[in-house]
Amino acid sequence: MAELALPANSKIRKGTDHKPPEDARRPRTFRVYRWDPDSGETPRVDSYTVDLDDCGPMVLDAVIKIKNEIDPTLTFRRSCREGVCGSCAMNIDGTNTLACTRFISDIRGDVKVYPLPHMKVVKDLVPDLTDAYAQYASIEPWLKTETPAPPDAERLQSPEEREKLDGLWECILCFCCTTSCPSYWWNGDRYLGPAALLQAHRWIADSRDEHTGERLDALEDPFRLYRCHTIMNCTKTCPKDLNPAKAIGEIKRRMVARR
Amino acid sequence: MSLRTPLGRVRGLGSAKEGTAHWWAQRLTALALIPLVLWFVVSLIVMTGAGHGAVAEWLRNPVSAVLMLLLILAGFHHAQLGLQVVIEDYVHAEWLKFALVTAVKFAAVALGIGAAFSVLKIALGG
Repeated sequence: MAELALPANSKIRKGTDHKPPEDARRPRTFRVYRWDPDSGETPRVDSYTVDLDDCGPMVLDAVIKIKNEIDPTLTFRRSCREGVCGSCAMNIDGTNTLACTRFISDIRGDVKVYPLPHMKVVKDLVPDLTDAYAQYASIEPWLKTETPAPPDAERLQSPEEREKLDGLWECILCFCCTTSCPSYWWNGDRYLGPAALLQAHRWIADSRDEHTGERLDALEDPFRLYRCHTIMNCTKTCPKDLNPAKAIGEIKRRMVARR
Repeated sequence: MSLRTPLGRVRGLGSAKEGTAHWWAQRLTALALIPLVLWFVVSLIVMTGAGHGAVAEWLRNPVSAVLMLLLILAGFHHAQLGLQVVIEDYVHAEWLKFALVTAVKFAAVALGIGAAFSVLKIALGG
């Protein structure tokens, strides 16, 4: 059955309250999910107070500051710090987003920082994305053709055809959308999830690809595609302002069109 | 424990190559149910306080009888399609999922045919 309560090993207990710096002019408290697989203990929420006058504007700035100055054991992924790599996707203030593009000033009260929901946790804010990456690989995200490329030129696309990829190619695979989707929570072992489906549509919509039908064949499944019930959490949460729900709708439209 | 690769796990038994007919039928029956349910609700309101004879007389009208049959057909078909999706969403034990989906389908056919037979019995004069 669907899990309505957390399993015993996921129950969160109160963690350490790190004392705020005494000279802080603009103190702000961050409540951060912590779990160490080696400790044998259940997860806890530690709180840290950061002086915003001595910190960058983004949640990632504060999280890095916490690691550098308060608690070096805090574990998280980050790389580009400008919303391009997708590494620092986490659940901030109840919403999946990128820590590097989320302003601290946009959040009221204590800033709650958790890992992406309903994924196995590797440690602290690091979710296990193994299956999500495998689902991405399963949609075969590369150009597939029979016609050889012209010997002296690239495969051409008209500006109108190229335009059809806008809103799709920008996806950075942070999996904010996939991990926000209740359908993915309940059936993530068989449902591909919004990120993989948006990527699938990126190749279905590509005028240069010659395997559109096979791509649709591979998706036509009560679970792989049709677990999407247009809940729209994906679109609401996407930190790149993309619309995975619309991309999935486009795939369904093509399924009907080819009947 | 399984040492199967993540990609092997995700690909699983492969695509069922179906689901579109189910999804599309759910949309079409929903569309059909909008006017049918409106008509049914309005009819019920109009007949508030009417006796058994008056209602039977109303159902003997060919237009009422045909619309009623359409409502029953679309309604039960839509209900079993939707319930199947709900069960597949939330029930993960294979045997229970199979049992529930089967029960829903049997119930929809039995209740649908029962309801249609009642309408025909009145409409064609029993």
